[in-house]
Amino acid sequence: MSDAVAWFADVGIKDRPTVGGKGGSLGELTQAGIAVPPGFVVTVAAFETFLEALEAREPIRPMVEALDPSDHGAATRLSEQLRERVMEEPMPAEVEQAIMAAMRELCPDGEPVAVRSSATTEDAEDASFAGLQDTFLWVLTPEDMAHRVRECWGSLYSLESMTYRRKQGFPEGQVAMAVVVQQMVDAKCAGVMFTRSPLTGDKSVIAIEGAWGLGSAVVSGEVTPDKWVMGKITGEISQRDISDKHARQIPAEGGGIVEVENEDDIRSAPCLTDEELEGLRQVGRRIEKHYGKPQDIEWALDKQGNILLLQSRPETVWAAKDAEAKPVSKPVDNPMAHVMNIFGGRK
Amino acid sequence: MSDTKKGFPLPSSIKVVPGTEEAQAAYPYYTQFEPEDDEKFWFYNSMHFPEPMHHFDMITAEAAYVAMGAFNTRVHVLPTAKGVDHRIINGRVYIGGVVVTDPDEIAERTAEFQQRAFYYYEHWERLYDQWKDKMKTLIADAQALPSPSLPAYEPLETITEGDAVPASHDLLKIYQQQVEGYHRMWHHHFEFLLLGYGAYMTFFEFCKNAFPEISDQAISRMVAGMEAEIFRPDEEVKRLARRAVELGVDHHFTDDMNIDDVLADLDKLGEHGKKWLGELETSRNPWFNVSSGDGFYHYHRSWNDDLSLPFAALPGYIEKIKAGENVERPTEQLIEEREQLVADYRDLLDTEEDKATYDQLINLAHRVFPYVEGHKFYCEHWYTNLFFNKIREFGRLLLAHGFFGPDGVEEDVFHLTQYELESAIVDLMLSWGVGTTPRGVKHWPAIIAQRKATIEEWGKHSTPPALGNVPDAIDDPAINMLWGITRENLDSWLDDGTENLKELKGFAACSGVVEGTARVVKSVSEIGRIQQGDILVCQVTNPTWSPIFQKIGAAVSDIGGSMSHMAIVAREYGLPAVVGTGKATTRIKDGQRIRVDGGKGTVTILDDEPVLEDA
Repeated sequence: MSDAVAWFADVGIKDRPTVGGKGGSLGELTQAGIAVPPGFVVTVAAFETFLEALEAREPIRPMVEALDPSDHGAATRLSEQLRERVMEEPMPAEVEQAIMAAMRELCPDGEPVAVRSSATTEDAEDASFAGLQDTFLWVLTPEDMAHRVRECWGSLYSLESMTYRRKQGFPEGQVAMAVVVQQMVDAKCAGVMFTRSPLTGDKSVIAIEGAWGLGSAVVSGEVTPDKWVMGKITGEISQRDISDKHARQIPAEGGGIVEVENEDDIRSAPCLTDEELEGLRQVGRRIEKHYGKPQDIEWALDKQGNILLLQSRPETVWAAKDAEAKPVSKPVDNPMAHVMNIFGGRK
Repeated sequence: MSDTKKGFPLPSSIKVVPGTEEAQAAYPYYTQFEPEDDEKFWFYNSMHFPEPMHHFDMITAEAAYVAMGAFNTRVHVLPTAKGVDHRIINGRVYIGGVVVTDPDEIAERTAEFQQRAFYYYEHWERLYDQWKDKMKTLIADAQALPSPSLPAYEPLETITEGDAVPASHDLLKIYQQQVEGYHRMWHHHFEFLLLGYGAYMTFFEFCKNAFPEISDQAISRMVAGMEAEIFRPDEEVKRLARRAVELGVDHHFTDDMNIDDVLADLDKLGEHGKKWLGELETSRNPWFNVSSGDGFYHYHRSWNDDLSLPFAALPGYIEKIKAGENVERPTEQLIEEREQLVADYRDLLDTEEDKATYDQLINLAHRVFPYVEGHKFYCEHWYTNLFFNKIREFGRLLLAHGFFGPDGVEEDVFHLTQYELESAIVDLMLSWGVGTTPRGVKHWPAIIAQRKATIEEWGKHSTPPALGNVPDAIDDPAINMLWGITRENLDSWLDDGTENLKELKGFAACSGVVEGTARVVKSVSEIGRIQQGDILVCQVTNPTWSPIFQKIGAAVSDIGGSMSHMAIVAREYGLPAVVGTGKATTRIKDGQRIRVDGGKGTVTILDDEPVLEDA
């Protein structure tokens, strides 16, 4: 099946309906020349093919649509039942062959991958929704990958996900999912970057958080990251909070990740140098310019110190407030009149 | 803010240091604290007057507050603030703002202010060009004043020209003209100052509102002038370093050179040496008329009077030039960077309204900034230096006539107030005419000896940063802008007792984190002690110290806000700096290791024990 797989280099944000938000964004970044670990998307078409086969045996979507979200017991039973069916249904052969071939092409030397769900709906940018889908790290073989893809699909039928959709009155016919398969970086350190201040919404600064090891420790909040605030335009570092980073997450031998204690000499050492911060700032600015709005970015540094982008999505919290924002200063015809703010006394 | 009313000691509780009562009483009556002053809030103007005032130097405070008051109150008519009142005790200058609170008066003053200030803003370039002409004329007039001298007999021309006014009269005339010129200079100084700072601060505030986390440094870089006179002296030193290399005479300039010997050697050297000396003369006039302090004290000498500061910088610059580095300011590149910065921040604004306001304000800031940066060269440096040197000439004359006793020096003249000096001059005029010995010969030596000891004694006593109860708000734009004093930082001064003794906080003037050896420098004469990479710790720094910025790793000052010249120049040179720490020079011991975080505005003492210099 040729349309089951779409390579990052061939997709962009406009392809969200077929590759999901995450896949589209990574494609967009790749096309914009930003360093993104290479990868492909298991498209919505692959999911649809799978779901058709599943529906042919016994309906799925009508059952979800009929669900009463307040009936916790019924929802739990349905979720268990549907997830089991997703896990047991054999993957259509043409889909399985296509994605496993893609992985062999992506990882000729058996490089590990991350498998992450990529939702197709606009609402999925809402963190409360996005957080309901799954991510699997350090997946070692094509077989494991295919299994994780199926788990991602199954996560659509998790209790939280279905209940959320029913409460929002989401038409089940439009529910679909793409899955991102991406070469994984054994990160020296990783973290997030906001291209505006999370504290004040200030668009003239970039806030960077990072910790040793994989970014999952930062994103999940298990480690207090180092924090920096930088001038977006000037690059000056106005704030440095270096924390005691007790542990880091690293790849586990048989796949997946494991948490290990940090050695004393690195616990309180900053995980980024000023040069690396400057590199991140430049990448952050490029991405923000590309999208035309502030971004919420996940990044990693590989063992050689190369900056790699794992995710970028529009910042949403302050963006919502911007809509109601008034001008900073009331416009006046005579520019001189502004000085009365200084000379006119406190109002 | 807590409910309990916090305050500083009352003025009436500050006692004159025992044994110095007479010296204190010699300051004019209108500068002495009186009981009613307990009702007001005062702060120690350590930004301009960080050391006890010699009696003559009080003229700087007096002339400046005469002019500032007149401009705020009666010329520009600031709506909410009039002038600044001043008092002196133990040689320290305390000042307090006079605010307008009556709404009707504010309304009336607002209407006047807008009419006047807006005219200035609209015609800024023309008026500033005119201002420079006025200043240059004033300087030329002062330079043209003859040295005061008294001949044994009037020359015959007094008879033949029919100009029978004897030389003694010229003493009075020169002195009074010079005092008049000094006052006039201070009026020129304040003609644009507040309006200039105000326009700049308006842009500053807009940026702080639009970008709550923007650094002061970023805003300053958007506004900074590129060809301001105040950067020129340092540029001239760089030029001289380059010429020394080009002429092949650079090996004469070493860290331990004797300047007089170097000048003599170069003179003997032949063509290339003479060529370099010619270049030096070009630079000296006018650019070395820059004070190595901030020009407020008579002992802040100019580079022309004392070449040690520019010469101290030469070896470093020469070394860099020989290493192929271009040390001269790349003006065009700086302008390009500034324009890019302005455009980039503009792009971040959300609304068209804000972009329009931003354009208006940055244009206004750019219009006023050449004055804000440039006026100091003409006023505090060039003119003030001429003025004090003219007073020195009177010192020489009085010394020659025995006024300062057998062990006196010409500098003793600065122990007299300006009024006492005039009376001494009249004494001399009288005795020259009468044909007697001046009474001053017996009168002044004891007083001068007493005042010398007093100034030294006062310097050993610290003085509170402020006096009286803290007002609810400091609604005085002049005090906010010039001294960086706000209600908030007064609270932090009061909190001093509970703070971490190892950490000082100030204004983040220029970002960067540096650790190094603290070099606590109390006057420019100690500049030679500064080694490569040291951190300069001083009461107040000055743009003319910038030649040593190439040597130091960071700078810390007791005094100064984000608008202080120290901050402006530090940003210009990208030198990590924290200004306005309040007590860096008293808390930090010379030789201690400290960490300066110019982005956070903190200075941390790293040593446990003070390191003693083996001096």
